[in-house]
Amino acid sequence: MANTATSLSSCGAPAVHFNRSSENLAAAPPAKQKAKYKERGNVLAEDQIVQMSKQLETFKSNLEEFASKHKQEIRKNSQFRVQFQEMCSTIGVDPLASGKGFWSEMLGVGDFYYELGVQIIEVCLALKHRNGGLITLDELHHRVLKGRGKYAQDVSQDDLMRAIKKLKVMGNGFGMIPVGGSYLVQSVPAELNMDHTVVLQLAEKKGYVTVSEIKDSLKWEKERACHVLDHLLKEGLAWLDSQAAEEAQYWLPALFAELTSRDVTPEEANQMTP
Amino acid sequence: MDRFSWSNGLLEINETLVIQQRGIRLYDGDDKAKLDSGVALLSTHRLIWRDVKNHECCIAMPLSQIVFFEEQAAGIGKSAKIIIHLHATPANKETGPYQHSKYSFIKLSFKEHGQIEFHRRLTEEMTQKRWESTPASQPIPTATGSQTGRTRAVGIVGIERKIEEKRKETDKNISEAFEDLSKLMVKAKEMVELSRSIANKIKDKQGNITEDETIRFKSYLLSMGIADPVTRETHGSGTHYHMQLAKQLGDMLQVPLEERGGMMALTEVYCLVNRARGMELLSPEDLVNACKVFESLKLPLRLRVFDSGVMVVQLQSHSEEEMISSALDNVSCTIPNIMLTLTRFRRHAVLDTHLRKMSSHSRETSRFNALNSFRDVFGRLLLLQVSDKGSLTAEEFAKLLGLSVLLSKERLLLAEKMGHLCTDDSVEGLRFYPNLF
Repeated sequence: MANTATSLSSCGAPAVHFNRSSENLAAAPPAKQKAKYKERGNVLAEDQIVQMSKQLETFKSNLEEFASKHKQEIRKNSQFRVQFQEMCSTIGVDPLASGKGFWSEMLGVGDFYYELGVQIIEVCLALKHRNGGLITLDELHHRVLKGRGKYAQDVSQDDLMRAIKKLKVMGNGFGMIPVGGSYLVQSVPAELNMDHTVVLQLAEKKGYVTVSEIKDSLKWEKERACHVLDHLLKEGLAWLDSQAAEEAQYWLPALFAELTSRDVTPEEANQMTP
Repeated sequence: MDRFSWSNGLLEINETLVIQQRGIRLYDGDDKAKLDSGVALLSTHRLIWRDVKNHECCIAMPLSQIVFFEEQAAGIGKSAKIIIHLHATPANKETGPYQHSKYSFIKLSFKEHGQIEFHRRLTEEMTQKRWESTPASQPIPTATGSQTGRTRAVGIVGIERKIEEKRKETDKNISEAFEDLSKLMVKAKEMVELSRSIANKIKDKQGNITEDETIRFKSYLLSMGIADPVTRETHGSGTHYHMQLAKQLGDMLQVPLEERGGMMALTEVYCLVNRARGMELLSPEDLVNACKVFESLKLPLRLRVFDSGVMVVQLQSHSEEEMISSALDNVSCTIPNIMLTLTRFRRHAVLDTHLRKMSSHSRETSRFNALNSFRDVFGRLLLLQVSDKGSLTAEEFAKLLGLSVLLSKERLLLAEKMGHLCTDDSVEGLRFYPNLF
């Protein structure tokens, strides 16, 4: 009589062959049938957990071997990291989910990205008073690299983006807005909908935008443009230059090039405001 | 092609043949050379080419002339090639088939294949550079000859070579690493499928999986980085790891929380904890999952999520509900006692004034017992602070209390929700006023 036990031991992936066991159970009364199914299900799942435990041990030692040979590659080579991450996501594994995960412990991927997360938060916090919590990925990259010092490992923009994706789970409004071929990194929970995003994208070329430009490019009415700009002002993401030649200009500090701005500390900023 | 010199093709003492390949056509740069069919011989010291039709026609070039080389894949009607980039001609080079060439590279075209092996061997020889350690008996003009005016080139040559070697070495390592990684991923995928099967069974409640086993299963998922399909509804206790972590956080965050007005944004906690650890850092998810079990472990901290999505860790003694019960249960509802309860949480000078104001006001009405809801008290406190100043923005409030702007804004918004404050929303920002309506 065929039974389900054999199907388990034959290969790694367990298969539930209820059809075979139903041959035996077809004759039994329904209540007993149910109980037998339940029993089989019990054995199967428990067995599977034991099996998984064994497979885990094997996997762990395989990973250790891999780590002993190639740990350096991950640390030094950002391209390799990209490939590694993509392979993991293809099979449904998140190597950065927990510091206690095998990947993190043995390959050291975790510490690399978690520390990067800390550095990203610190940079965003330091500049928030100036740009309202919005910063270009380029500037973020530049400042993180600067903060890490010249002897630290190299960090690519892909690395930053993955670290930011992880930070989202802590609910502080971390997000990325596609703008002009790259991204703006948002680090405050300001509500930014499609309208705001589109205006940001429009402002990307010159660092500022006017109501007329919005009306011309996006074909919006004045009301809609003003509503969006006012929101950006309120959130501290935009600064108003009402002394501009023709028309008031709305500047976005996040988009200022490094060269044209000077860093001001929060203390200085407080002293400056009336 | 002007780097080649005529040669008799005989190997010198200490020079060994590494590989030879027929059907090689030579190119001077991109131009086909007349030397269109011959045998290429690679030795430990030189690259030699002999014409297949005329054996007397034989040329050679020292390997030290080579800067680097690359493969060019075969195309339609075109053979695979190896492109070899060369240093400048040394002054003492002996005559060869070309006096002068406008190119500084040559190509070997493999009309009868064999390029893969040849490339591999060439790589080996260029890496090992055996010609440097075992000089052949006949002097061969090399680019590393100590001639005046060449020292700078030597330095750059050395560096270029090292860079090239490193690149090749890295490439080799990476391909090996990828191979190993792919094998690893296949095994990982099996685990993922197995875990999905188990998770489905648990979900369908097939069989009697014990709580212990479920916790064990969850820890397996954690180790592999597989998303937990069994939702927290069953236990909400996460794994042992998270419970342990929660206890650590409970110890670690007491003082920092008290210093920061009893509340810290989760990102702040993340930075604080990881900076302190230095190694074996927590992932953001680890932190969130640990915070979720504070309550079930009866630790004096709470995870709180505001409407905006902002997540904070808060001293449990700070949550309003706790305040209500402690004020009512543990303390008799007299003015001095409630005052004492309040001052335990806040030691700000401004607050003291408000407390005194409030108590004097209540003594007049002698209706302090009506303050049943501590929310009401808290709200009124806020109200008094705001009306004292006339109005407050989040930034001003933050400065007053020593809280971060983010959190002070949340507090003010909460007070608005409870009806104690109303707001003036303008371009200049959000300003909070006492609600006189």
